[in-house]
Amino acid sequence: MSVAIKRRRANWRWLYYSLLGLTTLFFLVPVYLVIVTSLKEPATINLATTWQLPEKWYWQSFAEAWIAFAPKLLNSLILTVSATILSALLGSMNGYVLSKWQFRGANIIFPLMLFGMFIPYQSILIPLFQFLRGIGLYGSIGGLVLAHVVYGLPITTLIFRNYYAEIPNEMLEAGKIDGAGFFGIYRSIIFPLSISGFVVVIIWQFTQIWNEFLFAVTLSRISSQPITVALANLAGGEAVKWNLPMAGAILAALPTLLIYILLGRYFIRGLLAGSVKG
Amino acid sequence: MKLNRDRITAILMLLPSIILLGIFVYGFIGQTAYTSLTDWGLNPAQALAINPEIKFVGFDVYRELFTGFIDVRFRQDLVNTFFFTIFFITGSLGIGLLLAFLLDQNIKGENFFRTIFLFPMSLSFIVTGTVWRWLLQPRGGLNTLPTLIGLEPGQFRWLTSRRQIWQFNWQDLPYFTGLLVAAILILITVNSFRQSRRQRLIISLISLILVLAWTFSGARSVELLPYPETHGFNLAFIGIIMAAVWQMSGYTMALYLAGLRGIPGELREAARVDGAGEWQLYRYVILPLLQPITLSAMIILGHISLKIFDLIFAMAGADNATTDVPALLMYLTTFRGNQFSKGAAIAMVLLIMVAAVIIPYLWTSLRSEVKR
Amino acid sequence: MKRLLALLLVSLFTLAAAQGQLEIFSWWAGDEGPALQALIDQYQGMYPDVEVENATVTGGSGVNARAVLKTRMLGGDPPDSFQVHAGQELIGTWVVADRMEDLTFLYKEQGWLEKYPAGLIDLLSAEDGIWSVPVNIHRSNVMWYNPAKIAELGISVPTTWDEFLSSCSSVQAQGVTPLVMGENWTQQHLWESVALGVLGPDDWDALWSGDLAFNDPKLIKVWDTFGEVLACTNDDAAGLSWQQATDRVVSGEAAFNIMGDWAAGYMSTTLGLTPGEGFGWAASPGTEGVFMMLSDSFGLPKGIANRDNTLNWLRLLGSVEGQDIFNPLKGSIAPSFDSDLSRYNAYSQAAAADWKTNRVVGSLVHGAAAKEAFMSQFATVLEIYLSSNNAGSAANAAQAIASQVGVGQ
Repeated sequence: MSVAIKRRRANWRWLYYSLLGLTTLFFLVPVYLVIVTSLKEPATINLATTWQLPEKWYWQSFAEAWIAFAPKLLNSLILTVSATILSALLGSMNGYVLSKWQFRGANIIFPLMLFGMFIPYQSILIPLFQFLRGIGLYGSIGGLVLAHVVYGLPITTLIFRNYYAEIPNEMLEAGKIDGAGFFGIYRSIIFPLSISGFVVVIIWQFTQIWNEFLFAVTLSRISSQPITVALANLAGGEAVKWNLPMAGAILAALPTLLIYILLGRYFIRGLLAGSVKG
Repeated sequence: MKLNRDRITAILMLLPSIILLGIFVYGFIGQTAYTSLTDWGLNPAQALAINPEIKFVGFDVYRELFTGFIDVRFRQDLVNTFFFTIFFITGSLGIGLLLAFLLDQNIKGENFFRTIFLFPMSLSFIVTGTVWRWLLQPRGGLNTLPTLIGLEPGQFRWLTSRRQIWQFNWQDLPYFTGLLVAAILILITVNSFRQSRRQRLIISLISLILVLAWTFSGARSVELLPYPETHGFNLAFIGIIMAAVWQMSGYTMALYLAGLRGIPGELREAARVDGAGEWQLYRYVILPLLQPITLSAMIILGHISLKIFDLIFAMAGADNATTDVPALLMYLTTFRGNQFSKGAAIAMVLLIMVAAVIIPYLWTSLRSEVKR
Repeated sequence: MKRLLALLLVSLFTLAAAQGQLEIFSWWAGDEGPALQALIDQYQGMYPDVEVENATVTGGSGVNARAVLKTRMLGGDPPDSFQVHAGQELIGTWVVADRMEDLTFLYKEQGWLEKYPAGLIDLLSAEDGIWSVPVNIHRSNVMWYNPAKIAELGISVPTTWDEFLSSCSSVQAQGVTPLVMGENWTQQHLWESVALGVLGPDDWDALWSGDLAFNDPKLIKVWDTFGEVLACTNDDAAGLSWQQATDRVVSGEAAFNIMGDWAAGYMSTTLGLTPGEGFGWAASPGTEGVFMMLSDSFGLPKGIANRDNTLNWLRLLGSVEGQDIFNPLKGSIAPSFDSDLSRYNAYSQAAAADWKTNRVVGSLVHGAAAKEAFMSQFATVLEIYLSSNNAGSAANAAQAIASQVGVGQ
């Protein structure tokens, strides 16, 4: 019986692998095109020879893109790192409260908080702008950090809440018996157990904030501009020489891509957590 | 006593987040909602004044959007979003399920394949848009692919084609809505008949009859507009859908894969022992178990597709009318046209659509959690 | 002695004033960046202590720039000086909202009232004030071609749209696109040239003063002609930038292209072609003797932090020296009559001659003739026409928008 099944399955395997091959192609074709185009001399790029390998490897595009993008990459880095850390810390505290210190009304407040991560940001854009302007943060990286921290709170809270729900309450009870209070328990029990939770949240937030566009384009000035805006400007400007946007796209994608490749497991956990139930 | 103090500390620690979200989400939405009920921006002199005199006009702007002569673009955008959402979700679910199924077959190099299928998820929509824009150049990219094996180049005008299929009259919208509601009610009726829930059966049956009666008698005579107006599916969206599926199907794959891995091996063995073939195993055992995942994925993808903005912005530009969506139109109406109240109204329509998808989902998933 | 002291004091003051910052807001990047940079360099040479922030917001054909500018103005945080199309885009948006300072005093101080054509001053004026300083003049109604290709095709440069349409099918039969067109806004650009050609300058002006309705039979004729012209264009228009459209004329894939004269800058500077040999030009059909102009200008917003630095910037922009630095690089001409034409190429010299003698009208698409609220919705009108192919609905839609936003009021 099981031999028969194995044989039948074996017959299908060529199909599985060829389907995998096809889909891999679908996923990698854009990558091929980006790399090839970014390495061509601008003068040799034209629509007819899109698919050919460069005749001469032309690394100059990356140098040019780097010069144009280095300050923007730095902006993105400062923005992303600070907003990520702040929203992770706040989210961890919120998750702790919501999972271990249930109070009346928490079941209403939590979904109300969660809703904030789904709204189309167009619906808050103008008031947000005016608010930031009012408190003097418009156009600074600080203003962007604030926006990303606030709108990042729902997801970080959610991930930590679900994560802490797995920690048995008995451990907390033990802590309480030892005389630890709210902060004591957090410091001695919860926080030490949160490391992989933090990794998940930090990776998720890093990717989201690094890749964000709408806030970046409306709330930044030239001196605080993140990389996505710079890339959109470069590619959306007219008379595109495609080598430069392609090299720029690679530079803009590299940090999140590296994180994904190195820490893929945690990245996937963040992804799954985003679907509320986890 | 101590416990009580800790509890207060806990609430105090949560308070800043609650206040921040209260202002940034609900306060700001309220402000936008109010703006959408005013005439802010209809008169250029008042639009950008430092202290504009803004009049409350009620739902005038919304009426304009849905029935006004000039706002035909908004209605086509709604139709665009509708079709985009359907194909984007179907595509992502289909490819995601296929990939998850393939990776579930004890494939050699599974990690390698999974990494490849998922990597677009880590990219910005701006990066994806920039890349696919180059890929879909009308006389290059994909269209020149056939020439590599000696065929004629493709002629399809990705992103810019003006062809529209499945056209319908905006006037018939009440009629179609009626049909859709009736279809849903039929499903509910059949389900409650099966589960022999009498009360629900009776209610849904009565509503079904009422809806059908209205659909076939009154719906056609509702005059939304004084003249017929056709809308349909813009073929220019095919390219956008491809890029979006390319980016997001890895996500559904990850969801499905997690689901498949969660199915106990004994269950599969048991089904096999009962003589189920591979196909039957999937059809009758595994797919039904994956249904809740499909639902969550649909909702997450659905709200992404309603909000889609940066991808189209980077791929087709803000001015490409055939690939326009409400999120883009809001941006243009507000910041190019200075019509702040209209922009706010479009944003509110967008919010309501997203809320209609998200709120029931949040509600049910959190309620089932409490039960658990 | 007293006078000397006073002079000393004044110069001390100006010195003191020429510190601090100046933020210049524009959407000039890419090919247009160097011209702005040259002006800024000049400014820095004159006022080395001022820190200039070149706040360029590009992308999405200026739409991002507008979004940022508007949110900043709404928030009461105007940039010191921002780029705006001279004419209704400035007046209908910013002047009516009382956000700009009247610059009449600057015009008097600098003697600009005599140096600029009266038609241009009219365009910059409203409500008893002059509201911005123009730095360049572009012409919208120009038809470009490749002289060698035209000879090869055996056609002449059409002077009316009827003439163009009659040669259309024979050009198509030779496998050449009669008229190449690019993305959305370039289609609007074509429309305004067609409209000017069909209506003539008087009726064109009457449209914007509110004396001619947008659903008048004359406008129906404009849409019908536009439809016939469209039938002679390429089918992949919406995917091309204007430069790519120009490239097709240069390469001989297309016979003609209608574009503003920044195309001359692109062909001579970027592509290195000689005006008159590598590319030829004529007024778009039916518009000989009419100069449809547009102009980039900078104004003085109310409530800015660095008013004196901004005034110095405006003085530089309005001076013939500043304009002759900027325009040869940008491919435009100087508004000022005193411009030193020897610094410009053959095309610009010809355009400057026309500028002095032609009837001047304002461009719709580029913000001179129509309020921004009308202009931004004109895309919808075009969209209605393209999807319905019905001149009547397009004309009615245009009229509906015109009365909603109050064109001519």
